[in-house]
Amino acid sequence: MKILSINGPIIKADNDGSIRMREMVKVGDFGLIGEVIELQQEHAVIQVYEDTTGVKVNEKVEALKYPLSVTLGPGLLGGIFDGIGRPLKKFSENGFIERGLYPFPLDGDKQYDFISEMKKGDEVSEGMHLGHIIEMSLKHYIMVPPGVTGIIGDIFPGKRKVEDIFCTIELDHDDPLEIRGFHKWPVRKKRPVNERLSMNEPFFTGQRVLDFLFPIPRGGVAAVPGGFGAGKTVLQHSIAKWSNADIIIYVGCGERGNEIAQILEEFPTLKDPRSGRSLMERTIIIANTSNMPVTARESSIYTGITMAEYYRDMGYNVTILADSTSRWAEALRELSSRLEEIPAEEGYPAYLASRLAEYYERAGSFKTLSGKTGSITAIGAVSPQGADFSEPVTQHTKRFVRSFWALDKSLASAKHFPAVSWKISYSEYGEEVVDWWKLNANVDWNSMRTTLTEILQDADKLENIIKIVGFESLPDREKLTVLSSNLIKKGFLQQNSYDPVDSFCLPEKQVKIAQALIYFHSRSAEMMNDGDSFNKINKSEAIDKIQRLKFIPFPSAEFDSTLDEINTELEGKQ
Amino acid sequence: MKYRKYYTSIKKVWGPLMIVEGVEDVPYGVFTSIVLPDGTERKGQVLAVNGTEAVVQIFEGTGDIDTDHSGIHFSTEPFKVGVTESMKGRILDAYGKPRDGLKPIVAKTTRDINGRPINPYHRTYPHDFIQTGISVIDGLVTLIRGQKLPIFSGAGLPHYDLALEIAKNARLKDDNEKMIVIFVAMGIKHDDAIKFYRSFEADSKLDKVILFFNLADDPPMERLIIPRTALTTAEYFAFEKDYQVLVIMSDITNYCEALREISSAREEVPSRKGYPGYLYSDLASLYERAGRMRGRKGSISQIPILTMPNDDITHPIPDLTGYITEGQIVISRELNHRGIFPPVDILPSLSRLMKDGIGKEYTRADHPHLAAQIYAAYSYSQDVKMISTVIGEEELSPTDRKYLEFSRIFEEKFLNQKRGAYHSMEKTLEIAWEALKVLPRRELSKFTKEELDKYYD
Repeated sequence: MKILSINGPIIKADNDGSIRMREMVKVGDFGLIGEVIELQQEHAVIQVYEDTTGVKVNEKVEALKYPLSVTLGPGLLGGIFDGIGRPLKKFSENGFIERGLYPFPLDGDKQYDFISEMKKGDEVSEGMHLGHIIEMSLKHYIMVPPGVTGIIGDIFPGKRKVEDIFCTIELDHDDPLEIRGFHKWPVRKKRPVNERLSMNEPFFTGQRVLDFLFPIPRGGVAAVPGGFGAGKTVLQHSIAKWSNADIIIYVGCGERGNEIAQILEEFPTLKDPRSGRSLMERTIIIANTSNMPVTARESSIYTGITMAEYYRDMGYNVTILADSTSRWAEALRELSSRLEEIPAEEGYPAYLASRLAEYYERAGSFKTLSGKTGSITAIGAVSPQGADFSEPVTQHTKRFVRSFWALDKSLASAKHFPAVSWKISYSEYGEEVVDWWKLNANVDWNSMRTTLTEILQDADKLENIIKIVGFESLPDREKLTVLSSNLIKKGFLQQNSYDPVDSFCLPEKQVKIAQALIYFHSRSAEMMNDGDSFNKINKSEAIDKIQRLKFIPFPSAEFDSTLDEINTELEGKQ
Repeated sequence: MKYRKYYTSIKKVWGPLMIVEGVEDVPYGVFTSIVLPDGTERKGQVLAVNGTEAVVQIFEGTGDIDTDHSGIHFSTEPFKVGVTESMKGRILDAYGKPRDGLKPIVAKTTRDINGRPINPYHRTYPHDFIQTGISVIDGLVTLIRGQKLPIFSGAGLPHYDLALEIAKNARLKDDNEKMIVIFVAMGIKHDDAIKFYRSFEADSKLDKVILFFNLADDPPMERLIIPRTALTTAEYFAFEKDYQVLVIMSDITNYCEALREISSAREEVPSRKGYPGYLYSDLASLYERAGRMRGRKGSISQIPILTMPNDDITHPIPDLTGYITEGQIVISRELNHRGIFPPVDILPSLSRLMKDGIGKEYTRADHPHLAAQIYAAYSYSQDVKMISTVIGEEELSPTDRKYLEFSRIFEEKFLNQKRGAYHSMEKTLEIAWEALKVLPRRELSKFTKEELDKYYD
């Protein structure tokens, strides 16, 4: 096949009949990677994943006979890849992205110790675990590929490199299948599972406002919309650092290079508070920054979620963070416009919504082919233009996510972080997580959550009145609502992601602080009924102590004694 | 440049574009030279190749091009600029040629102006701050080496004065390090542009600056290449010659308009306000050239300046810029009216990299909390101000009245700074504390007890 035309990342080549839709191709003398995105009798339209400068008409296009795929195997953890899964660590030393290079994404020299869990003659079917090696202190299972059923011919426990044969499987009507430490999987095709399970375990982000007010279960989906400067990236980084996921896949799609550099610098020095492992050991980074080719930005979220599915198949709880899905949508728009498709809203293609749905539906809690339980929790940042939430990407995303963590710019400029708005955020996952709180923390989480949000809402209503008459003119009862609401904001909702203690908050600690806040409010109301003035309550030392609870390590004697002091203080007022 | 092919088969000329037919082996994206009947040359670039037709964008205007007598040379590579340390002190054009009437630049090294994206794995995260001597920037919107920190301004506001103050006063921690300012003028007035030159000349600091000029009456399409020529020069100084480079680009709005013109001439589907859907990616290809790299001493910091049409921060240009850059400095018309310089509105202003470049190891231990407290207090004081216009200052609570006083001291002493006055970091923090001390101790919730004990009492 030969190139007919070049228009930025979109090229046309003549169709000799052998090429298929969605097939991968090598383009021109530079050997650039591309994918067929439209087929006609006479020509094929190809999107190229690298800069096409210097490519000429009539250069050849070579079909690779497989769809856009990503290499899966041990060695992904701790790695950094571009939008089509190329290992950025293996690129040349001069520090800039070169074209036409496709190094093997995994470490081919590293020896692993393969521990077999099956033996010669065993019958196996798709997804079964043949054995495992240890990758970054995690059991990495070598699995029977989807669609394969047979009998183990040979199995080779012991020292193995990823490209070695780990096992052979005798098939009914075909040559034996060689199983190596890695395989390729098309990124746009979801990996099969046994069945979808209902969700009942909370996914803890370590951020109070999310875990307590707007929760999400393992396997859930959430969107984080926010204008620039509202703190989307900091919140995503916090979740990547402190959530209770086994594996984090961070997709930096169309965002800043310095943010990736920050993760690479910071994560290896931080420890997972639960396992004590270095955070980098559980993290995979897909980095396709805003100045890297826009086509590879489009594919980056699929590359990420395919890796997520791979680890889910081993029974892990994986969280994929996409920052930002708006940049991905813009990549769709740019490519659509180059294809001269008829645009729908704001120039976005009509299939924007279905693509978003396709992506978010790959998340969930599943029973894997091997019978284990694994989950993919998907959290996508949305960057609405002009912080206007009525724009298409935010609106369509809302249709497919059930937790909506809206970031409010006015909170951000008042340095209220995380700037999650309690007014427009929501979570539809209450039912999925309520039992966990009952069983594990022994609290009626639902009513606590309602109490907190009610105080906040009441205070919001008062805000308008204050603007007219001033705070001092409010009745004492209303003044208390405002005080309690401010206390909830400062002592609970606000969380300092740079403070060594406050950056992360265990669910048990969240409960204790919430209880203290609720008790303060009800007890103060009681005291006012008994004749105390607002000014007296406002002078209580308990206020400052409740505000500082979040900065005290937990569990600790200091935390308990502060709680005691708060209670005594409030009781003593009688 | 090496040219290989010459054609006279010009089929169509419209806007800044032309189509040449019957071409063979013309690579996508290469540089071209159009020869007019009178022998003058115009530079251009291949935007698309469709079979034997090439779409060419002409940087220097299409006026006087004809179909029968004009011709076009196609080169074999994209536009390259010669880079050398002797560019210091010079005024250059979009192609790196002198426009100061002095001798030509002789460079052995040439570089593709489009550069290549920096491999994110090879970036190093910026930490060291650049001291500008301007309190509001050093204290609250700290500029870090390798950062891109735009100034969002409006027509008639003193953004050039601010940029010039920064450019002239910027100091590094270590005096032995080499620093250079690259100023890129894109469609700005001659007076504004030459002010930079004169100011450096007056201080005999011309060896600290390189100027790239495309002025208001120069061809608009050249605005698409001049920042790339300048950033390629910056990369040479930073990553090959170990300079700390500060690139000031103005005005991004003019750049975007040139981009829109090309896009509409090509009949592309527009997104918002007629700007092309790829405006974000295109701006990123400029802004993301800031940074630091592993194993290299130099850095590129950028201060792009943009005038927001109608002072609208949600306009696509500031909006998309804000999503790419690491913060923004927002100029306020109201503060400017009140005679405060620099009139920086701190509430929408932000330096994303500041948190990792200030504090104990870099500036002073209380700096992060101090900045957070000022932001919170100033934000609250603005609410109080609004309420007080309704109910009157007398009706405010005593604490709220303190906030008004804080706001006054903050604006008059901290924000307001004589032009040319250089504030040390110590002094900046001292003034900040002076303003905060007006407030009751209990209001200062962002500090630790130790910090309050040390600085408040």
